[in-house]
Amino acid sequence: MTSHVSAALAPGGDIPAPHIEYGQIMPILLVLGVAVAGVLVEAFVGRTWRYTVQVPLAFLGLAGGFAWTIVLGLRDETHAVAAEGALGVDGPTLFLQGTILILALVSLLLIADRGTGSFAAQAAALPGSEAEQRTTAAGIIQTEVFPLLMFAVGGMLIFPASNDLLTMFVGLEVMSLPLYLLCGLARRRRLLSQEAAVKYFLLGSFSSAFFLYGIALLYGYAGSVKLGDIAAEAGRDAGSETLLLGGIALLALGLLFKLGAVPFHMWKPDVYQGAPTPITALMASCTLVSAFGAMLRVFFVAFENLTWEWRPAMWGVSIITMIAGAVIAITQTDIKRMLAYSSIAHAGFLLTGVIATSREGLSSTLFYLAAYGFTTVGAFAVVTTVRDAGGEAGHLSRWAGLGKRSPLIAGVFAFFLLAFAGIPLTSGFTGKFAVFKAAVEADATPLVVVGVISSAIAAFFYVRVIVVMFFSEPEADGPTVVVSPATAAAVVLGLAATVVLGVLPQPVLDLAGHAATQMFVR
Amino acid sequence: MKAEGIQAASWLLVALPLAGAAILLIGGKRTDKWGHLLGVAMSVASFGVGAAMFVQMLGYGAEERRRTVHLWDFIDVGSFTVGMDLLVDPLSISFVLLITGVGSLIHIYSIGYMSHDPDRRRFFAYLNLFVAAMLLLVLGGNYLILFLGWEGVGLASYLLIGFWQHKPTAATAAKKAFVVNRVGDIGLVLAISLMFATFGSIGFDQVLGEGAEHAGLASQLSTGTATAIGLLLLLGACGKSAQLPLQSWLLDAMEGPTPVSALIHAATMVTAGVYLIVRSAPIFEMSDTAQLVVTIVGAATLLAGAIIGCGKDDIKKALAGSTMSQIGYMHLAAGLGRTGYVFAIAHLIAHGFFKAGLFLGAGSVMHGMNDDVNMRRFGGVRGFMMITYATFGLGYLAIIGFPFLSGWFTKDGIIEAAYAKEGTSGIILGSCALIGAGITAYYMSRVMFMTFFGEKRWADDVHPHESPKVMTVPLMVLAIGSVFAGGFLVLGGFAEFLEPVVGKPEHEHHFAWLTAPGAATFVLMLIGAGIAWRQYGARPVPREQPAGSFLTVAARKDLYGDALNESLLMRPGQWLTRLAVWFDGRGVDGAVNGVAAGIGGTSGRIRRIQTGFARSYALSMVFGAAVIVAALLVVNVA
Amino acid sequence: MDLYVPIIVLGVLAFAFAAGSVAMAAVTGPKRWNRAKLEAYECGIEPTPQPVGGGRFPIKYYLTAMLFIVFDIEIIFLYPWAVAFDRLGIFGLVEMVLFILTVLVAYAYIWRRGGLEWD
Repeated sequence: MTSHVSAALAPGGDIPAPHIEYGQIMPILLVLGVAVAGVLVEAFVGRTWRYTVQVPLAFLGLAGGFAWTIVLGLRDETHAVAAEGALGVDGPTLFLQGTILILALVSLLLIADRGTGSFAAQAAALPGSEAEQRTTAAGIIQTEVFPLLMFAVGGMLIFPASNDLLTMFVGLEVMSLPLYLLCGLARRRRLLSQEAAVKYFLLGSFSSAFFLYGIALLYGYAGSVKLGDIAAEAGRDAGSETLLLGGIALLALGLLFKLGAVPFHMWKPDVYQGAPTPITALMASCTLVSAFGAMLRVFFVAFENLTWEWRPAMWGVSIITMIAGAVIAITQTDIKRMLAYSSIAHAGFLLTGVIATSREGLSSTLFYLAAYGFTTVGAFAVVTTVRDAGGEAGHLSRWAGLGKRSPLIAGVFAFFLLAFAGIPLTSGFTGKFAVFKAAVEADATPLVVVGVISSAIAAFFYVRVIVVMFFSEPEADGPTVVVSPATAAAVVLGLAATVVLGVLPQPVLDLAGHAATQMFVR
Repeated sequence: MKAEGIQAASWLLVALPLAGAAILLIGGKRTDKWGHLLGVAMSVASFGVGAAMFVQMLGYGAEERRRTVHLWDFIDVGSFTVGMDLLVDPLSISFVLLITGVGSLIHIYSIGYMSHDPDRRRFFAYLNLFVAAMLLLVLGGNYLILFLGWEGVGLASYLLIGFWQHKPTAATAAKKAFVVNRVGDIGLVLAISLMFATFGSIGFDQVLGEGAEHAGLASQLSTGTATAIGLLLLLGACGKSAQLPLQSWLLDAMEGPTPVSALIHAATMVTAGVYLIVRSAPIFEMSDTAQLVVTIVGAATLLAGAIIGCGKDDIKKALAGSTMSQIGYMHLAAGLGRTGYVFAIAHLIAHGFFKAGLFLGAGSVMHGMNDDVNMRRFGGVRGFMMITYATFGLGYLAIIGFPFLSGWFTKDGIIEAAYAKEGTSGIILGSCALIGAGITAYYMSRVMFMTFFGEKRWADDVHPHESPKVMTVPLMVLAIGSVFAGGFLVLGGFAEFLEPVVGKPEHEHHFAWLTAPGAATFVLMLIGAGIAWRQYGARPVPREQPAGSFLTVAARKDLYGDALNESLLMRPGQWLTRLAVWFDGRGVDGAVNGVAAGIGGTSGRIRRIQTGFARSYALSMVFGAAVIVAALLVVNVA
Repeated sequence: MDLYVPIIVLGVLAFAFAAGSVAMAAVTGPKRWNRAKLEAYECGIEPTPQPVGGGRFPIKYYLTAMLFIVFDIEIIFLYPWAVAFDRLGIFGLVEMVLFILTVLVAYAYIWRRGGLEWD
C-alpha cells in the first residue's frame, strides 16, 4: 500500500487502477445493489405497489447472493484476497456469508409477513397521535424496512470478510446503522421500541468509538491496518507493547459489544425486547454470525501470534458471559428478554470455540453459528405467532397453558428450547459438543466445565418455559395463536434445520470442517 | 458380526412405537377415536419384530448370536466417533421380548383402564414413547445411545407419573422422580465421560469386547479406574432403579395411572439399572470393591423395600416397596459376578411378569372400588372379582417363592448364589436375602388378606365388580407367566443362552430341587405368611390406621427416606440459599428448592444492574473496557 | 518527542486565544440585553413558528441542516478526484460516476418523499 501512495504522490505518474475481483465479491455487491434499487423503488413507485415490488426484490437479492456464494464454494478455488486486499474470500468467509444470507432469507419471511404486521405504519408519526391512528387504519406499512434490511445484510457480509480494520469498520457501520433504525419501527408498544432504538444507537456508537480507537492504537503499533501486517509486526516482537495490548483490548471490546458478551451485553435484553420481533430474529441470528465471523478473523489472523497475551482476558469474558447469561435469564418474565439472555449465554459458549484458536475451534464455531442461527430464528418466529389484543403476548404468564391451546406451536417452541438447552438429537447438542470438544483439545478444560455448568443452569429456565406451557392452566382470556403462511414457513425451516443438524449433523460438520481447512486468508 | 435378515431391521423395534407416539402427539384430537388402537398396534408390531428376531437368533450357533447394526454416524468429530449403533444379542433380545411382550399386554389392559379418561390418546402416546425409549436403551450399541434411551425413559416416566397433572400430588411426584433421577444421571454421564477419557471410546464393542470370549479394553483397566467407573455406573443404576440412597421417588411415583406403575415402575424401566450393571459386567469384574458395593446396595435395598412394604396401607405403595425390594435382589445377584448374572436377569424377567400382574390386579381392584387404594377399606373382595382374585393370587404365590412357581426358581437361586459367595460377606448377604424372603411373604400375605379376605370394609356407595375382558385377559396371560416363567428360564437353559454375553461362572451351577437355603427360605416364607394370617386374616382389620410400633411408623414414612433427603440435600441447599439471599430479606419465589433458589436469588440481584438507563449501560461498558485493558496489560507487561 | 512540540504549542495558543477572547468580551463588551438579542438566531428574522416556551424550535431546521451536511460532505470526496482525475484514468471516472449516482439515489428519495418541502 505504501508503494501505491508514494507512486501517487510522484508528480505526473499514473495512479494504477485497483484490481477488483467482481466475481468473488458479487454476493456483497448484489445485496447492496438491491438495497440501492430498493431506495429507488421507495422514491418512484406508488405507495400501494411498494410492498409488492420490494418483497420479491429483496428475495431475489438474498437468494441470488446465496446462490452465488454456493457457486463460489463449489468452485473451491477461492482462497484469495479481493479488492486490493480489502476483503478476504476464503472457506470460512463463504460459509459465514452463506449462513448469513440463508438466515436473512428466513428472517425476510418474518419481516415480509403482513399477517403479523410487526412494523409501524409510519415511523415518524408520534406514538398515540391522530396521524398514527390514521396511517395504521389505512393498513399501510413502512416499506423502507426492506432496503434497510438489505443494507444491514450487506454490512454483515462485509464485516467478517474484511481483511483490514478500516474495511471492517465500514462493514460494522453499514451493518449497524440500518439496524438502529429498524429497531425503532415496531407497530405496537412504540415507545419501548423507540427507546430500544435510541439506546442501541447510543451504546453502539460508543462501542464503535472504542473500536476505532483500537484501530488507531494498532495502526500506531504496526503502521498498517491490514490484519496480516499486524500479525507480521507482532511476530517480530518489536514496537510498543502498550499500544498493541491497548489496541487488542479496545478492538475486542467493539466486537464483544456486537456479540453481547458480558459486561457489554446491557443493550441486548432491552433492544431484543423493544425491537420488532422479526428484526430481533435478524439480529439474534445474522448479526451474531457476522460479528463472530469478524471476531474469528481478527483473532485468528491479526492476533494469531499473541494467543498467550489475549487468552486470559478472553477466558474471563467467556466465563462471566456464560454464567451471567444463564443466571440472569432465570428471573426473566418476558419471553424476548429471556431469549436475549439465552443469546448472551450462547455467545459465551461460542467464545470457547474462538478461544480454542485451532482448526477444530474454527469449524466447530462455524457449525454452532449456523445451528444456533436457525434455532433462534425459528424461536422468534414462534414468538410472533402468540398474540393477543395488544400484539405479541410477551409476558411469560400469558404463555401458560399454551400447550393446551395450541399443542403444535407450543411443541415446536419446546423443541427449540430443548435445542437451546443442548439436548441430544437437536442441533444445539451437536454444536455445543463440537465447540466444547475443541476447547478441551486446546487445553481450555476449565472453560468447558463452566460451560457445562451454565448449560445446566440454562436448561432450568428453558424447562421452566416448557413447564409453563404444558403444565399450567391456560388463562381465560389467553393469547391466540395466529400463524400465517410466511411465518409458518420460517418456523418450519428453523425446525427442519434444528432437527437435521441434530440427527444427521455430519454433512454440515464436514462442510464447516472443509471450510476451515485452509483457515483464513490474509 | 453384522446383523442380517430381520435383525438388520432391528431399528423398526424403536421406530414403530416412536412413530406411534409421534402420530398421536402431532395428530392431536383428530386421533382421539382410534389413538389407543394405534398405540396397541405399534406395541404389538414391535413385539412381532422382536419375536422374529429371537427366532432368527435361535437359528445361529452360540458364538454367532451377537449382531450389530450400524445405522449412521451420529457424531464424528476428529478422533471421537459415535455411531447410531444397535446391538442384538441374547441379553438385549431377552429385554426386548420382556418390554414388548409385557408392554403390549399393558397397552391392551390400558384400553379398558383408561376408557373413561378424556386424555386416553395422550396416555397411549406417552406409553409408546416409553416403549421406544426403553427399547433404544437396551438395544443401544454404545453408552451414548444407551444414555439417549435412558433419558428417554426418564422423560416418559416423568410425563406419565404426572399424567394427572391436575392433582398437585401427581405433579410433585413427577418432579421429584425427575430431580432424583437427575442425580443418578450425573453418575452415568460422569461414568461415560471417564470411560471416554480412559479408553477413547464408549462403544460396547471396544470397551466391553465382542462377547464374553473376546475381552475388550475394560480387561486392561486398573483397579482404581474400574472402581471409579463402576461406582459411577452404580449411582446411575441407583437413580433409575430406586435403590438406596436414591429410592425415595419410586413410592411417590405411584401417583401415575396404574398401568404406568405396572409397566414402568415395576416391570421394565426400574430394572434398567440391573441391565446397566449386567451389560457393564467386564468393568465390574475388574473391581472387587465396585461389585461388593453393588451387593451391599442391593441387600440394603431389599430389606428396606420389604420393611416399607409392611407398613403401607395403600395397595400400590405396598407393591412399590415390594418392587424396590425385588430389584434389590437383582442388584445383589448382579453384584455377585458371573454366578449371579443369570439369576439377576432371570429374576428380572420373572418379576416382570408377576409384578406387572400384581399391579394390574391392583388396578383392577381399584377399578371396581371407585379408585380407592386404601386396603383398610377393601376386604372380602374375592367373591366379587374372581378372575382378578385368581390371577392376583397366582402372582402372590409367585413372588413369595411358593415352590415350583416363578419366584421359587429365580429368587431361591439368588439366595443360594449369595450364600455361595466366599468369605463372611457371602453369609451376611445370603442371610439378608433369606430374611428378606420371609418379610416378603409377610407383607404380600398382608396385602392379599387385607384386600381379598376378611369382612367387607368398603363404603356403601362402592359396588365392587369384575373388570371388562380387555383388562382381565392380560391378567390371565401374566398369571400364566407368573407361574411358569421362572421354571421355564431356569430349567430351560437360560444360563447357556446368556453365556456368550455374561460368560461362564467359575463354578458350574447345577440346579437342585432341594437345597439347604431353599428349605430355610420355605420355612421362613411359611412363618411370614403365618404371622400375616394371625394379624390380618384371623382377626378383623381396623378401618382406621392403628398407632403402630416404632418400626411400623418408620415404614409408613418410607423409613424416613424423604427426611434423609431433606436433611442431607435440601436443607444444606436451603441454608446456602439463605446465606446468599440473607441481605435481600425476601425469599425468592418462596424458596423453591435449594440450589435453584440460590441461582434465582443471584439472578434477581444481578438483574437490578439492568437499570434501563443507557448511561449506566455505557458506564458498565467503560468499566468493562478498563478491566480488559488492565487485564491485558497486567498479565503481559508486568 | 521533539516532533510533538510544535503541535503542543499550537494547541496551547489556540486554547489561549479562545479563552482569552471570551474572557475579553465578557470584561470589555457592553451588556445591553433586548428581545432580539435573546432570539435563537440573531439575524433579525424571527424563527417560524414562534418557539414554545422560548427554547424549542422546529425539527425542520435540523433536517435541513442534516441534508446539507450529507450532500456537502461529498465534495470532500470529489475534490481530490478533481485534482488528479487525469491520472486516475477511466477507472477513476467510472467509480466517481457510480459514487455520484449513489448519492443521486439518496437525493431522489428525499426529493420524492417530500424531504425538501418546508411544509
